[in-house]
Amino acid sequence: MLDNLLLFVQFPPLAVDVVVNGLLIGAIFALAAYGMALVWGVLNIVNVVQGELVVLGGYVTFLLVQWGMPPLIGVPVSAIVMFGVGWVLYRAIVFRVVDKDIFISILATFGLAILIQQLANLSFGADVRSVDAGLGSLHFLDGMVTVAWVKLIAFVLALVAGASLWFFLRHARLGQAIRATAQNPRAARILGIDTARVYATTYALNAALCGAAGSLAVMAWTIHPYMGLPYTVRSFMVVVVAGVGNVGAVVAAGLGLGALENVAGFVLGTEFQIAFVFALMVTILVWRHLRAARRREHLK
Amino acid sequence: MTKLSDWHIMGALAIAGVVLPFLAPGLITQLSFLWLMVIFALTWDMLGGRMGYNSFGNIVFFGIGCYAAAVVQRDAGLPYFEALALGLALGAVLAVAAALLFGAALLGIRGHYFAIGTLGLGIAAAEIAAGWDYVGAGSGMALPLYPGALGQREFFFCFSLFAVAIACFLSLRWLYGTRFGLALNAIRDDHDKADAMGLRTTPIKVFAWCIVAFFLAISGGLAANMIGFIDPRDVAFAGATFGVWMVLMAILGGKGTLWGPVLGAVVFHITQELFWTYLLGWQRVALGLLIVVIVVFFPQGIMGWIAERRAAREGAAP
Repeated sequence: MLDNLLLFVQFPPLAVDVVVNGLLIGAIFALAAYGMALVWGVLNIVNVVQGELVVLGGYVTFLLVQWGMPPLIGVPVSAIVMFGVGWVLYRAIVFRVVDKDIFISILATFGLAILIQQLANLSFGADVRSVDAGLGSLHFLDGMVTVAWVKLIAFVLALVAGASLWFFLRHARLGQAIRATAQNPRAARILGIDTARVYATTYALNAALCGAAGSLAVMAWTIHPYMGLPYTVRSFMVVVVAGVGNVGAVVAAGLGLGALENVAGFVLGTEFQIAFVFALMVTILVWRHLRAARRREHLK
Repeated sequence: MTKLSDWHIMGALAIAGVVLPFLAPGLITQLSFLWLMVIFALTWDMLGGRMGYNSFGNIVFFGIGCYAAAVVQRDAGLPYFEALALGLALGAVLAVAAALLFGAALLGIRGHYFAIGTLGLGIAAAEIAAGWDYVGAGSGMALPLYPGALGQREFFFCFSLFAVAIACFLSLRWLYGTRFGLALNAIRDDHDKADAMGLRTTPIKVFAWCIVAFFLAISGGLAANMIGFIDPRDVAFAGATFGVWMVLMAILGGKGTLWGPVLGAVVFHITQELFWTYLLGWQRVALGLLIVVIVVFFPQGIMGWIAERRAAREGAAP
């Protein structure tokens, strides 16, 4: 463990390689986290099924490539397919828990997560899947730092998707309706906004973001049926750190998480990477609580 | 007509628990698991139902119990029963210590943050155990063989788990009748008011979690020996099965009631034993579906439903 840390000091380009690749992966986390922030802010539920939506999006792209489509087509197609899946999920299950106790929604979406995870396992098998985008890699610093083109494209696409969603929420009629509903559902209803439709659209939009994230994940990394929960937890962490309504902070926190996780995976060994993700979340929650507690002390 | 009291039901269950293993030796493993499920549901309900802190991470204490027993039995060099007793004791101590540590850190957090934080705790524990060579890493640990005669082993663990379940039930029943039980309910009903009334809420919450940890660790050590093998993700820190089942059973029976978790455990376990064999390969899909259905359509649980029915009937009569 210490040896790996020393390696960074003795051999700085390696550190650059690990951090840069982490940052690029982090864009995918930021995309999924942005969706979670949207659902959290508007519907006031913590969507535990988030990671499964990412994984499903990855499988859509995987299937497309199996049928001979070019991988990059998979990004919009996954987003559109997952928009539909999200709409159906909302209309079938999620709308029933929106105004209930927050734990009910956590548990219900957790049940959905297990359901989708197991269905994915039955339909696609438990193998680790990946799609080769066939784009090659870029090399920097005499080939010490390798960056796959597809990761760069994933990074840019994630930022573009985030930015266009921000623009949509800011300026489109429907986006404004979504923000109005988030601020005050009752007032929005009085002003003639169909809040039920806004909720369904928001949830479906989130699923579409997850679909795009999953499609990028399958090209830049790997997916398998049990990878959903780590994505959920990453999104949750990012939203907890960045807050619900701040796009820039979500992106920054997502990138930071990606870099941190890649460094930890390198230093501790990849077998502890998932443990690191979950332990980091517990640490962040505790740290946040301690900070809040200190503020209460201060008020006394 | 004399009213059916707690003592009648407890007496009937106690007799059933003692007699059934002899009447139906074929079912003894299922019966042992039933007692384990009762412990799971009862301990989960203490925080989830009574105190309003929904934990997904109670499985951590079960896993600590499993591993403590396995390590002591492997390394202590004592005869079987002495090693088992020492392992259980060590497991209980470690689990309570973990509850103190995590409780002090996590129990100050409210609501959904606590729920997801404990979910992270359970999975982090499983992943750490799966990567740690000292406890067998991903391939798990095998427990020593039971020294007694053939067939005796099942009886031993069935009765041990039964005893733990009874001890757990009686202690919780007693605790819920004390000021401590009322304090738990006060925390659930209005945390800020409980604070304002001068209750020392954090120590109360941590103490409650320590009790949970104690019973789970003991049952973990026994269950590990009963199963004979621990896998980090599928037995000890089995968040996806045991960890979810505890929540489900408590909600199915009725959160925050004394008999609800017991009833939920019995109903869930019997349903599971009946259906699971027919659902080859689809068990976990069914589990996910079951969670969604119960949580969305039946959140009040069996006991809550009975109470609603009774209220409706008595409300209608003059």
